[in-house]
Amino acid sequence: MIVEAGHFALILALALALIQSIVPLVGARRHEPALLRVPLSTAPAQFVFTLAAFGALVSAHVTSDFSVINVYENSHSLKPLIYKVTGVWGNHEGSMLLWVLILALFGALVALFGGNLPLRLRGLVLAVQAWIASAFYLFILMTSNPFLRFARPPLEGRDLNPVLQDIGLAIHPPMLYLGYVGFSISFSFAVAALIDGRIDAAWARWVRPWTLLAWLFLTTGIAMGSYWAYYELGWGGWWFWDPVENASLMPWLAGTALLHSAVVMEKRNALKIWTVLLAILTFSLSLLGTFLVRSGVLTSVHAFATDPTRGVFILAILATFIGGSLTLFAWRASSLSQGGLFAPISREGALVLNNLFLTTACATVLVGTLYPLVLEVITKDKISVGAPFFNLTFAPLFVPLLVAVPFGPLLAWKRGDLLGAAQRLIVAGVVALITLAVVMAWTWGGAFLAPLAIGLAVFVIVGALSELAERTALFRASFTISLRRALGLPRSTWGTALAHAGLGLTLMGIVCETTWNSETIRAMQVGETAMVGGYEATLTGFTQRQAANFRETISSFKIRLDDDEIGTMTPSKRTFTTRGSSTTEAALMNRGFSQIYISLGDRNSDGSIAVRMYYKPLVLLIWLGAVVMALGGALSLSDRRLRVGAPQPAKAGRSLQAAE
Amino acid sequence: MTRKQRRLVLIGSALAVLAIAVGLVLNAMRDSIVFFSTPSEVAEKHVAAGKRFRLGGMVLPGSVTRGDNLQIGFVVTDGNAKIPVSYRGALPDLFREGQGVVTEGKLDVGGTFVADTVLAKHDETYMPKDVADALKKQGHWKDEYVKGGAAPTGAQGASR
Repeated sequence: MIVEAGHFALILALALALIQSIVPLVGARRHEPALLRVPLSTAPAQFVFTLAAFGALVSAHVTSDFSVINVYENSHSLKPLIYKVTGVWGNHEGSMLLWVLILALFGALVALFGGNLPLRLRGLVLAVQAWIASAFYLFILMTSNPFLRFARPPLEGRDLNPVLQDIGLAIHPPMLYLGYVGFSISFSFAVAALIDGRIDAAWARWVRPWTLLAWLFLTTGIAMGSYWAYYELGWGGWWFWDPVENASLMPWLAGTALLHSAVVMEKRNALKIWTVLLAILTFSLSLLGTFLVRSGVLTSVHAFATDPTRGVFILAILATFIGGSLTLFAWRASSLSQGGLFAPISREGALVLNNLFLTTACATVLVGTLYPLVLEVITKDKISVGAPFFNLTFAPLFVPLLVAVPFGPLLAWKRGDLLGAAQRLIVAGVVALITLAVVMAWTWGGAFLAPLAIGLAVFVIVGALSELAERTALFRASFTISLRRALGLPRSTWGTALAHAGLGLTLMGIVCETTWNSETIRAMQVGETAMVGGYEATLTGFTQRQAANFRETISSFKIRLDDDEIGTMTPSKRTFTTRGSSTTEAALMNRGFSQIYISLGDRNSDGSIAVRMYYKPLVLLIWLGAVVMALGGALSLSDRRLRVGAPQPAKAGRSLQAAE
Repeated sequence: MTRKQRRLVLIGSALAVLAIAVGLVLNAMRDSIVFFSTPSEVAEKHVAAGKRFRLGGMVLPGSVTRGDNLQIGFVVTDGNAKIPVSYRGALPDLFREGQGVVTEGKLDVGGTFVADTVLAKHDETYMPKDVADALKKQGHWKDEYVKGGAAPTGAQGASR
């Protein structure tokens, strides 16, 4: 019953979305506030119905109702409760339902908390939001319905893919989707502005918090996914340039560019057309990511060809929304008024540079991701584009961007003083050079680029902090004055500095891990000792453990450093009975920001076991940097300027009347 | 500067960055792209020893041998041709006889493929795309190979 109710709720949500797609447009055309107010109630209602549908699926999973095909295929009665819940989105149908749930959530948030938006804009935004929602409700109901039942229900389920039975699944997809789907709001704002023919600084101020919210979830989502892959896949890699990962990186790059260009638009009323285009592109890349991951085109062209309904459906959604919005953009962009003037060397100029490099870097990722697909369709040649390609394209484009990062916030609006900014960055430059020299001397004869990259990371971090030091007059005024100034600084300034420093931290982690990562792979008998990164690991024995839905063989390793025992590590191998597959649970030990990593291979006939051990210097900085970036975003989001005192929208231009 | 000049600077720098990016992409495409071949294609094309490529197919049942020091040997087949592969290291969990595999490395002069990476994907029903297409072409396709999983990110692999 509950499952059928869920199915029905989803159909009702679709009906509401269809109403919400049309009524506000009519209202905007006829200038009827009553019609423009309709989405204020339909959007929250839509969310409630989608939530009910989602809740129904969760309850089917929790109660192990195997008459539901989706539950049978992805669950097992013995699975721990948490994985019964997270398993809901560990499959195609459920994850699409989570997708629309988050879409509906954002729509409801705009309806409920967008009180400072002009009614007309809010109505149009919610209408566009409802177009997207309708498309995806239809997609779920027609091609990926999670509520279908068996005529003859089986007794037991097929269990969830063991790799997914991890706490990572509880956090990573919802975070990622909050980011991905959150950009739909910026998209809806952009399309609404194009329909309305009016765009101004006030628009940018409304868009920015939503973009920032989506961006900070996407940042944590990507970082979480990376950490999950790192510890779960058992070979110590944290980024593979896999198309699925690129699918989430591209909206992040475009979204980061959008955040920065929206600042220019808000503060200086410039870059308007570009910002609108970026808002469209960012969500288009999210849609493209959804297509790549959900259509099956990546995993198997065969699967795509034999069951093309899903792929073609998403492709149609993709084509409609991207094509439609870009056509609208081409048609209406010229009617938007031109922005203000600025010199090339200025805060605006720096942000344009930021946008230039971010979007170009994003384009190279796009090329690297789609090229194999396109080439296969055209020439039938099969190629793989992996890390070497991205290291040769993405990395060189990011270097100038990173060099420029500390300069941006120190330049004035309109006309900046590069020399002055450089003078204020002298401390950062000197610290970076000293670090470079020390690292160079310490690793003499080793990697040449790594010390340079570390110097760059230090420059970014110290540069970000020197802006704070500058603005609080640290070391120049008395401590109390500095403290008072620090407290008086807008939170967005702190946010910028933190986010930029986080970027430097991540770079530092990436460079140290890739350059000085040490690895030992060998077969070990009980009692044998192996060395990795100066640590000794002794295999002391095996223990067996039976859990609800798997059997586990745990190996114990004693870890010693300079003859002092510092702890025990227990990597394990799990065998899942239902699917007959096994997973490796790596063991991690933190040493400051570095980690020792042990994972297991196969048991050999002579009783030895294949062991991989890694020492990963400063690896934790990679994700810590992302967390700091997200914290910066959160601080910036809490800045009161974004919440109160929304500026007056510009008067409607003549083009508006003409268009109506 | 006039508005026109400023716009020129903007467009000029955008074009410059784009040109650099195109150059980087073209350069990377020349050097860092790896082709995928099946054993039959390797035989047909006479792939030279020392050229890096990806070899994909099925692990021939009964062909896996384990030597000292994690030295592993197995045979990759697509039904028609066979190529022996040698690899040192720990294999991914999903590596199994009779299942699809993709390895990356080079042929040595004796015709053995020396792999430094062995890939298998998350889902145990998963067949790497290239392998599935190749097997299908050779008429060794079984439909139960494809039941799309919902793997979140990344390939599972082992690399030396």
